[in-house]
Amino acid sequence: MDIIRNDTHIDFMGWRKIALIFSAVLLLASLGALLARGLNFGLDFTGGTLVEVSYPTAPELNQIRQALADAGYENFTVQTFGTAREIVLRLPVEVAAEEGADVTTAALEALQSVDPDVVVRRVEFVGPQIGEELANQGGLAMLYALAGILLYVSFRFQWRFAVGAVAALVHDVIIVVGALALFQLSFALTVVAAILAVLGYSLNDTIVVYDRLRENFRTRRKGSAVELTNLSINQMLSRTLMTSLTTLMVLIALFYFGGEIIHAFAYTLIIGVVVGTYSSIFIASTAAIVLGVSKQDLMPVVKEGADQPDVEVLPERFRN
Amino acid sequence: MNRYPRWKYLLLIVVLSVGAIYSLPNLFGDDPAVQVSSARGFELDPGISAVVEQTAADTGVELKAIDLTAERLLARVRGSEAQLKLADALRDQLGDAYVVALNLAPATPAWLRVLSARPMVLGLDLQGGVHFLMQVDMDTARVQQNERFVDDIRNLLRDERIRYRSVRAESGAIVAELRTEEDRQTALAEIGSQIPELELESFDSSETFDIRARVRPEVITELQRTALEQNITTLRNRVNELGVAEPAIQQQGSDRIVVQLPGVQDTAEAKRILGATATLEYRAVDEQNDPYEAARTGRVPPQSKLYTDRQGNPILLSRRMIASGDNLTSAAAGFDQQSGSPNVSVTLDAIGARRMLEFTNENVGNRMAVVFIEQRPVTREVDGEQVRESRRVEEVISVAVVREPFGRQFQTTGLDSARGASQLALLLRAGALAAPMEIIEERTVGPSLGADNIEQGFNSVIIGFCLVLVLMLVYYKVFGLVANMALTVNVVMIFALLSMIGATLTLPGIAGIVLTVGMAVDANVLIFERIKEEMRLGNSPLASIRAGYEKAFSTIADANVTTLIAALVLFMFGTGPVKGFAVTLSLGIVTSMFTAIFGTRAVVHLIYGRRKRVQSLSI
Repeated sequence: MDIIRNDTHIDFMGWRKIALIFSAVLLLASLGALLARGLNFGLDFTGGTLVEVSYPTAPELNQIRQALADAGYENFTVQTFGTAREIVLRLPVEVAAEEGADVTTAALEALQSVDPDVVVRRVEFVGPQIGEELANQGGLAMLYALAGILLYVSFRFQWRFAVGAVAALVHDVIIVVGALALFQLSFALTVVAAILAVLGYSLNDTIVVYDRLRENFRTRRKGSAVELTNLSINQMLSRTLMTSLTTLMVLIALFYFGGEIIHAFAYTLIIGVVVGTYSSIFIASTAAIVLGVSKQDLMPVVKEGADQPDVEVLPERFRN
Repeated sequence: MNRYPRWKYLLLIVVLSVGAIYSLPNLFGDDPAVQVSSARGFELDPGISAVVEQTAADTGVELKAIDLTAERLLARVRGSEAQLKLADALRDQLGDAYVVALNLAPATPAWLRVLSARPMVLGLDLQGGVHFLMQVDMDTARVQQNERFVDDIRNLLRDERIRYRSVRAESGAIVAELRTEEDRQTALAEIGSQIPELELESFDSSETFDIRARVRPEVITELQRTALEQNITTLRNRVNELGVAEPAIQQQGSDRIVVQLPGVQDTAEAKRILGATATLEYRAVDEQNDPYEAARTGRVPPQSKLYTDRQGNPILLSRRMIASGDNLTSAAAGFDQQSGSPNVSVTLDAIGARRMLEFTNENVGNRMAVVFIEQRPVTREVDGEQVRESRRVEEVISVAVVREPFGRQFQTTGLDSARGASQLALLLRAGALAAPMEIIEERTVGPSLGADNIEQGFNSVIIGFCLVLVLMLVYYKVFGLVANMALTVNVVMIFALLSMIGATLTLPGIAGIVLTVGMAVDANVLIFERIKEEMRLGNSPLASIRAGYEKAFSTIADANVTTLIAALVLFMFGTGPVKGFAVTLSLGIVTSMFTAIFGTRAVVHLIYGRRKRVQSLSI
């Protein structure tokens, strides 16, 4: 069974101008969303206090707000979380800086005064010094991952491919982060993990296409770089779509059944897989072509004393 | 054609069985158990098993098993009612020296435990509990250290009769002002030889001849290390008070400590106990009066106070204190160089050393005791309301005879065992002055949220898994079935590896497993698509299978290595839950390489490899 015909001859490279314009628009929109709305940084990065509780019956939010005001808090937010019985209280980092970890105890007491049978679901207190550190670590992690990938791909392929792969990855990250800004999803530590996983995934797709490109460059005498790139993408198309499909399916399962905490994580990965699939088809190879990849770049290094025959290097048993 | 060597099948069978065995313990669930451990973090005496057995027999609780290790005893029982009953009885029986806590013991059958197969540990986000990150205030510790050196220098100058104008701590250094160049030279020589921890330099101010002393960097590093160690020891002792079944207290970075308390709900109580204070006091033993007499009649001489030592014998101690925990700089267990018997070497600061010298000069042959004092928070009920207050607990932890006068450094010898020595050193350190600490991160997960997280996590694994199975079967038919077998084995192997390395399963870890399930089929998709391609080129089915596997291999390896790079970076930079995600993701990548390439090929060979002619493939 084939969802798409295996011998497709789609002229992806012919679309590369349109794809580049499309990507440019997406990138600009993402940067625009980032500038206009900014990221909704979660507690992990801003510091502060979060208390999630569950009341036996749906409480009056105003009553809770009054209780907190009576306890001397000012800049807090109280929201329902999932159901009407579950309440999330957020306190700004200034309170955390002033009172230290005792703030969670005091806030819980205020919430208990509304109804003593309240059940604590989750308490998070992040001091001001932690948030900044985590943000730095997250940024550093991203840079190190990109550097590691750049090195590995340069080593296994060629620098033009490495630059192309990294260009595609930066493209993916900006669009994913832009989508997070647009929908104002909470940017937590797990989301950083998701973005790094997107890097891994998108790269996986890109490498598979590059690998085929390298093989075609080495084995086929006819055809320009653009034609061979087209051929390689077409050859890998059903694999690319199939793997994206299985990954998307588990992510959708995670999104719908994984619970509130994993929501932003799953969402980031879903966007990332879609964008990553697109970029590995349209951006990564295009970038390598634009940088001037030629057949010579990928010819195997001639071993000393061995004549390199200018014929297909397919072994006997694979020939038609 | 497509010959597949026997050793590969053997390897596959071995890996499969190991995977199956080590993932098995996760299926057996838990027994309710009562855990007994030492309140002071000491090793347990093997005799404790008999006490527990006797107590269980007396209360009519049937014991399933007793597991005893050096740190703790786990008594498994049937049902939570028996668990509570036994715990209450043991608390009465064992008293303050032991912590009795409720715990769940994995119900792993004996034959699996022999192979040291054990189930995965659930993270705090799955079982509920509280996580604290504590920052040790090293700046204050350094300031305190400088002040101790100021005292040391003053005392030294006084002892050596060098006249000085002032000695004070000044912006991270210690400055001594002397009146003449001659005095300065003598002072430099004396300080240099007596206090080697300091780096000295001379400089002149308008009226005085000055010395600036800085603490050597390696001494500061050492201070930070010991301050952190002492704080961890102190925290361990405090946490034991809470009766938490499996607390984890670990260093993080150079100045932070992570405290994880599974199952703890009352974080206010936890915070109070972690912040409790302990100290110790060196006191002279009152040798003039008979402690037994005082204990019997209740008439205690006015200058003394009645204590009980660890053996339960009464002892009278002078009310005058020689030195306190504030004066103690270090305490380490070791062995006496001459006799080879275990000892504890103690270092005091300048003030403590002077007082100790005065005392020991006059009291050679007399005894000296160490009292450990702790402010323990207790909850009492007064008129139906719970009142929280702290109770002062005093305990005599060591009594020793003064053999000769000593001051700054001395040794306590004649301890019965190396264990006794390390216990004493631990207690001394727990009461010593350590750097102040502050909670900078708290994360609490309630048990209901933990249960929800487990349920939702496993639901998404199962649903995602089934979706992939169906898709693969429909799309690749027989080959899809083979890939599904590999995927199933892959998940089993991830669980086995996580259990083997004793990893903690967290919610992001489950997300990592889900993601792996989606991505693990990639290797098979690559191979199968390649086989289809080879078939289209007109190759025979069997040649296509072989070419498909061989040609897809380098692609799979390259693609997975790059994903592994991202996962490794995550592991290095991530903390806590993010690390869990990185671990499952990396393990998943490695196991999927094995199952998808090695495993499926063996099965495909079983199906197609033996036939003489294969007309078509079900792919």
